[in-house]
Amino acid sequence: MTATLVNIISVLLIGLIIYWFWIAKPATRHSVGGSVDILVDNGVYEPARIEVNVGQPITLRFTRKDHSPCAEKVVFADFGLTIDLPVDQTIDIKLQPENAGEYPFTCQMQMYRGMLVVK
Amino acid sequence: MSCAGCVGAVETALQSVPGVTSASVNFAEHTAGVEGNVSVTALINAVSQAGYAAAELKGEESEAEKEAVELAYYRALLHKTVVAAVVGVPLFIGGMSGLFPALDQPWGQLVWLIASVATVGVLGYSGGHFFTGAWKSFRNHNANMDTLIALGTGTAWLFSTVITIYPALVPPSARHVYFEAAVIIIALINFGSALEMRARGKTSEAIKRLIGLQPRTARVVRNGVELDIPIGDVGLAETLRVRPGERIPVDGVIIDGHSNIDESMLTGEPVPVGKKTGDQVSAGTINGTGSFLFQSKRIGKDTVLAQIIEMVRQAQSSKPAIGRIVDKVAAVFVPSVLIVVVITFMVWFNFGPEPKISFTLVTTMTVLIIACPCALGLATPISIMVGVGKAAEFGVLIRNGDALQQAGRLTAIVLDKTGTITQGKPAVTGIYPVNGITKDELLACAAGLETSSEHPLAAAIVSAAQVKGLTLPAVTGFQAVAGHGVQGTINGQPVLLGNARLLTKYRIAVGSLQDQARQLATRAETAMYLAIGGKLQGIIAVADPVKPDSKAAIARLHKLGLKVIMLTGDNISTAKAVAHQVGVDVVLAEVLPQEKHQKVTELQEAKEIVGMVGDGINDAPALARADVGFAIGSGTDVAIESADITLMRGSLHGVADAIAVSRATVRNIKQNLFGAFIYNSLGIPVAAGVLYPFIGILLNPMIAGAAMAMSSVTVVSNANRLRLFKTRRDA
Repeated sequence: MTATLVNIISVLLIGLIIYWFWIAKPATRHSVGGSVDILVDNGVYEPARIEVNVGQPITLRFTRKDHSPCAEKVVFADFGLTIDLPVDQTIDIKLQPENAGEYPFTCQMQMYRGMLVVK
Repeated sequence: MSCAGCVGAVETALQSVPGVTSASVNFAEHTAGVEGNVSVTALINAVSQAGYAAAELKGEESEAEKEAVELAYYRALLHKTVVAAVVGVPLFIGGMSGLFPALDQPWGQLVWLIASVATVGVLGYSGGHFFTGAWKSFRNHNANMDTLIALGTGTAWLFSTVITIYPALVPPSARHVYFEAAVIIIALINFGSALEMRARGKTSEAIKRLIGLQPRTARVVRNGVELDIPIGDVGLAETLRVRPGERIPVDGVIIDGHSNIDESMLTGEPVPVGKKTGDQVSAGTINGTGSFLFQSKRIGKDTVLAQIIEMVRQAQSSKPAIGRIVDKVAAVFVPSVLIVVVITFMVWFNFGPEPKISFTLVTTMTVLIIACPCALGLATPISIMVGVGKAAEFGVLIRNGDALQQAGRLTAIVLDKTGTITQGKPAVTGIYPVNGITKDELLACAAGLETSSEHPLAAAIVSAAQVKGLTLPAVTGFQAVAGHGVQGTINGQPVLLGNARLLTKYRIAVGSLQDQARQLATRAETAMYLAIGGKLQGIIAVADPVKPDSKAAIARLHKLGLKVIMLTGDNISTAKAVAHQVGVDVVLAEVLPQEKHQKVTELQEAKEIVGMVGDGINDAPALARADVGFAIGSGTDVAIESADITLMRGSLHGVADAIAVSRATVRNIKQNLFGAFIYNSLGIPVAAGVLYPFIGILLNPMIAGAAMAMSSVTVVSNANRLRLFKTRRDA
């Protein structure tokens, strides 16, 4: 009985991992006034999902609080941009995406992950 | 600021801030220097209120600040390591040696309860960042290394605490606690991170060295007075003084004096270059023994040095195709490991031997700890960082990761002749008089005629006469005969200078010098016949000399396994002669400039991966068409933006250096990726216990922690080996 229950929970857990990390999306922040403040701390970008309209210029204002060297660069691979993020400073990244789609931004090691969604 | 008029408005705004003693705005650089006792925020607010935007300038200080922040973080990591080790090691020794009682012995529960409290404190202090990171990532639907470490150590602590309080929950044989494993793993991973940080610092040495070339002050001459001022205050068209041994502060042109200048830090060229009035000088280069005045032409981010720094910085951050594939794996890595963990749990729980709960816990914990996404993610960028920096030391600027990867794969290299293999500056190589005239008379006469000509070969003859200090005769009735040469009258006598066809046209026999002319052609020298008063007087040989090291560099390209092709607009006999001198494999002669890119396309259609080397201006379409375009410059006077790879030295050795360093870097990336993949793809199954049914081996979670910590350090250290890379110029 216990074994069956543990196995059912385990299978559910696998389903939950797949759902939570690959299917569900984090809360989305719509850009207001063309600029979004993004905090880089504790291994994440907050907010990690930002929505903008096609052709709308946007300024992403990254502030890095995390001292780990993993956080020192943010990479927008689709835009060919790699930007240094000094600790405790706000760095503005101006973009004007012309095509709809999802554009990930990450640290160099892909552990910090965010998504710019252009609609 | 849109106009110089804004300067006054901003200066007034700054000067009105209490505490400011002086403020000056540099319009060209869009910067302001402020003296006084005042906060940066107050200044920025004042500028904003005046209707402009401002931000604090972070220059060289920010490098120092960055280093200070890194050092503080490094020390914090070491401190966390020590704290975790101070608690973890005695627990480990006490548990193994029987010094501490087992759970079911008297006092056992109390002792291990104290251990539980102590370790949770250590987990909070030394490993708190893993737990916070894991939780925040989870909320963001993301999983990273923190997730794995927090789950691994958290599970160990939780299980141990539960069975300390309720030992009866598990069979007696499974009553074993893992407090020491949790904290020792945290100690090891923090220690690994600290080592990795140290090793990472070394990877950016090349760019730090370039930044260090920029002097902080400059000596300007204003109203006849020499003043030392901060580099940021130097304007355009200012006069600056450079004394012996000093670094040149900005780019400019010498207006008085001369010196030898060491440009090796920018071009890789070890021999100092002689500079005189009218020559360009570049920021960051070192003046020799002379002193001179120069006028600033490029300042701030426009100097060649600043452009090099920016290009290297950008290239170091870019990723080649090989790295982008890995990124796809890294992006799904951690959730995949979590699934493997659950499967491991189920297998051991259903099929494992007794005590099942212990085996299940150890294996799942070990899988969580051993999996290392960081080694995978670091493998490419860290090698690119060192490789691109190393190339810059040789005067080779690589635009991005793709150019670097492609350069290593080239199978054929196309070299433009003029200015690439040759010096691009025709010169007189020999004077062969006949019929009693002296060499100087022959040269003076020819130079007199050529003074009015615009042909490139004419400049060589006039320049040779000037070097010898000859007095040129006056010429009347000058006339250029297209495709043949020139003619005119000197001292009442008709004079002809040109090829054999010109003289034949006037029925002057060239027979006596024909053998000489033929010999010259085999050496890629062009013979120009001179006749005075209808009588042949001799030949002047003109050639565009081959660069002294072109042959050696082409031999290196051959050794690297490349097919070397020469492309030129010149006639086939001159082209073949040059080709013979330097040892190229294929000659494509009489190619019009607009056909060059077509030739590159044809080679690509023949399945060659083609690198094209040219001056970057006349060859732009061919450079763009090639798989890798190399722009070859001379000294610092080169268009950096024009190609995939820019060679600051005029030497073809730069091409071989670029290819060699690219191959070494790509090899290094592959070693790193191979290591990281093998580590994870062997480590995870072993940690999950696949060897146990066959040879009874299970991995200790602490060994997994040590392996994980060292895997990133190994990747960074392997990349650092590239710093020792040497080109084989003498080979």
